Amino acid sequence: MGELATAAGQEVIIEIGRMPVQVRSESPEFLRMLEGRYSGFLSPGARPVFEFDVELVAPGRITEEDDVAVRFESGRWLIKRGDLFAEWEPMSRRGRIVQSPNPYSIDTALRIIHSLILAREGGLLVHAASAVRNCKAFLFAGISGAGKTTIARLAPADATLLSDEISYLRRNGRGYVAYGTPFAGELAKVGENVQAPLAALYLLQKGPENTMEPIRASEAARMLLENVLFFAQDTELVGLVFESACELVRHVPVYRLTFFPDQRVWEMIA
Amino acid sequence: MSPLYIARSTAVAARSMDGEMMIMSAKDSTLFTLNPVGTVIWQSADGKTPLAEIVERKICAEFEVDSVEALKDAESFVNNLASHGILVVSDEPISFPKRAQGAER
Repeated sequence: MGELATAAGQEVIIEIGRMPVQVRSESPEFLRMLEGRYSGFLSPGARPVFEFDVELVAPGRITEEDDVAVRFESGRWLIKRGDLFAEWEPMSRRGRIVQSPNPYSIDTALRIIHSLILAREGGLLVHAASAVRNCKAFLFAGISGAGKTTIARLAPADATLLSDEISYLRRNGRGYVAYGTPFAGELAKVGENVQAPLAALYLLQKGPENTMEPIRASEAARMLLENVLFFAQDTELVGLVFESACELVRHVPVYRLTFFPDQRVWEMIA
Repeated sequence: MSPLYIARSTAVAARSMDGEMMIMSAKDSTLFTLNPVGTVIWQSADGKTPLAEIVERKICAEFEVDSVEALKDAESFVNNLASHGILVVSDEPISFPKRAQGAER
């Protein structure tokens, strides 16, 4: 499949969360790297929602920003980080990405692009692990060290990992659907490209025994917002993300899950 | 002393959940949760009603607190929120222009 994709037009189409994004480059090596990294998420025949040209430059500093900066200026979105510059116009649905030939910069660009588009559609990218079991999706959020990677690693054979790092949620009527992502964390394991209705959100913490308790919507919203990936300094979109998080905790059960790190915790899930 | 007027900033998103007012600053994504007294002040911040009147009519009446002490606390509270860009505080009535439609983003 990789040979076909590059030979056809020096492009790959990466589809995450039902959103195909076309990435073009003059470098076959770079495209092959993308095909390997996003292998479960390639949709060669899909009609792209956004198109990006990648301009590869020598490794080194591209912009002055140490931290990622995302803002809307003169009709286009700008992403700046030391190793990355990206810009695109929502109207034309085209843009460009300037980076060295490495997988991390474009991974960052894709996360940010998806987070901005999802914000308008009532969806969220959440710093959380997620998995599907018995046709239902479960989300596990928490601060660093709370156990996201651990619970993903402990998942039983009948669970399908959507992500151990970045979970992808889309609004669907009154509920939400969780999608697999190729955005891997410590497990360095790409999620499966599947989707399922979100059945519950667990806010994780490790403890001496397994307990689960529902939490109030206000606390749930606060904790969810702490884990939402959103970088744009944009009044309107921040408001939309806030509303989405509040809506999600109104429609999806949220629990505090304290767990002892062994496989028994999964007996409480699904 | 001239009266203080307070108005909710337009650069915030807010929602009441479980009786608490949650407010997020759209500038820096900082999240604030107000207690019931703070929530009443927030909801009354229309830019036209002086803070002293809000305290007298709503805070003292509802929470049975001393008006002098309550006004002092309220002034401290609104100044704190104003420092985060959540409220606008002025010694004159406040009105905001209507928001323009944004471009597609």
